[in-house]
Amino acid sequence: MDVKEIIKDENLVYKKTSLMTSNVLSYCPGCGHGTAHRIIMETLDEMGLQSQTIGVAPVGCSVLAYDFMNIDMIQAAHGRAPAVATGVKRTRPDKFVFTYQGDGDLAAIGTAETIHACNRGENITIVFINNGIYGMTGGQMAPTTLEGMKTATSPYGRNLRSMGNPLKITELIAQLPGTYYVSRQAVHTPSAVRKAKKAIRLAFEIQKENKGLSFVEIVSNCNSGWKLPPVKANQWMVDNMFPFYPLGDIKVDGQLVNAQ
Amino acid sequence: MAKVQGAIVVDREKCKGCEVCVPACPTHVIELAKEVNGKGYHYAYMANPDGCTGCSNCAIVCPDGVITVYRVKTS
Ligand SMILES: Cc1ncc(C[n+]2csc(CCOP(=O)(O)OP(=O)(O)O)c2C)c(N)n1
Ligand code: SF4
Ligand code: SF4
Ligand code: SF4
Repeated sequence: MDVKEIIKDENLVYKKTSLMTSNVLSYCPGCGHGTAHRIIMETLDEMGLQSQTIGVAPVGCSVLAYDFMNIDMIQAAHGRAPAVATGVKRTRPDKFVFTYQGDGDLAAIGTAETIHACNRGENITIVFINNGIYGMTGGQMAPTTLEGMKTATSPYGRNLRSMGNPLKITELIAQLPGTYYVSRQAVHTPSAVRKAKKAIRLAFEIQKENKGLSFVEIVSNCNSGWKLPPVKANQWMVDNMFPFYPLGDIKVDGQLVNAQ
Repeated sequence: MAKVQGAIVVDREKCKGCEVCVPACPTHVIELAKEVNGKGYHYAYMANPDGCTGCSNCAIVCPDGVITVYRVKTS
């Protein structure tokens, strides 16, 4: 059959959700931020929540998330997204509220806000994009940077003695009684994207049922910061990030999956 | 026997030539064009259109969401 005969509206099986605007994403080619945005928006679209959701954008490469996500959004000061989301949710408990934050935002400058929102069990969803580096500012070391990983501020590789250990903030907040669902996912392959989307769906369903805080980490790439082309960056992520940040559910129904 | 045939449409001007869709395609349909788009990126295209089954794998992993997928059942 000729391609022209296949490309007809009645044969459509996948197109970008209308909850993503038509703006060209400001992200580098191959950056997982775009895929992460899209699966959150697809989930809200499928759940019919466009007009009932308020997102909170961070400081970092995704500071402009409100230009791309076709929903109501607020942009918070660096690291403060969980505090802003707390205020929004408490004043508008009928709304679905989520934050979207990088690892510099969530696990460095915003550590206090993250931990206390999780510990209070705020009924919000946190989506955490962990690329192990400060992307926006030029690839400096983040708390999540792996041992030996080269960044602009650890040019010989992260040295644990002088620079401390990489922080598994997701395992840390999973210990807190306020978190109800905690999962770690990725978006580099079709099957990973499908699983990540299921985790995000579950996170929003938990919010619907007022069960407590739901937290989905997405281990992602930073091609520019890691100085690798996108496909190689994804492979580097599989080989180096996943062993330290293993994918899968960490806490389900308020119970730790494997005693961490 | 019923067979499925698919086709993709890449928004050429919005494609960033990242190549993430290329290994995601189980039937090796996609390659990057020798030509570049207005931004200077080698855009993705169906180099082997007969292989497309419309599985959507490429569209699902495209960070920029620039792939639209169509699928028909043929007999
Ligand atoms: C109060 C304050 N301190 C520092 C900065 C500089 N700054 C901007 S983004 C950023 C880190 C971003 O890294 P991350 O959250 O990992 O997001 P990514 O860019 O990697 O997606 C920093 C330190 C700032 N904008 N405001
Ligand atoms: S700097 Fe890194 S995180 Fe930021 S858009 Fe580029 S690849 Fe993505
Ligand atoms: S994944 Fe998307 S942006 Fe990247 S080359 Fe393929 S079509 Fe273009
Ligand atoms: S829809 Fe499936 S078969 Fe067709 S190009 Fe995309 S990944 Fe390949």
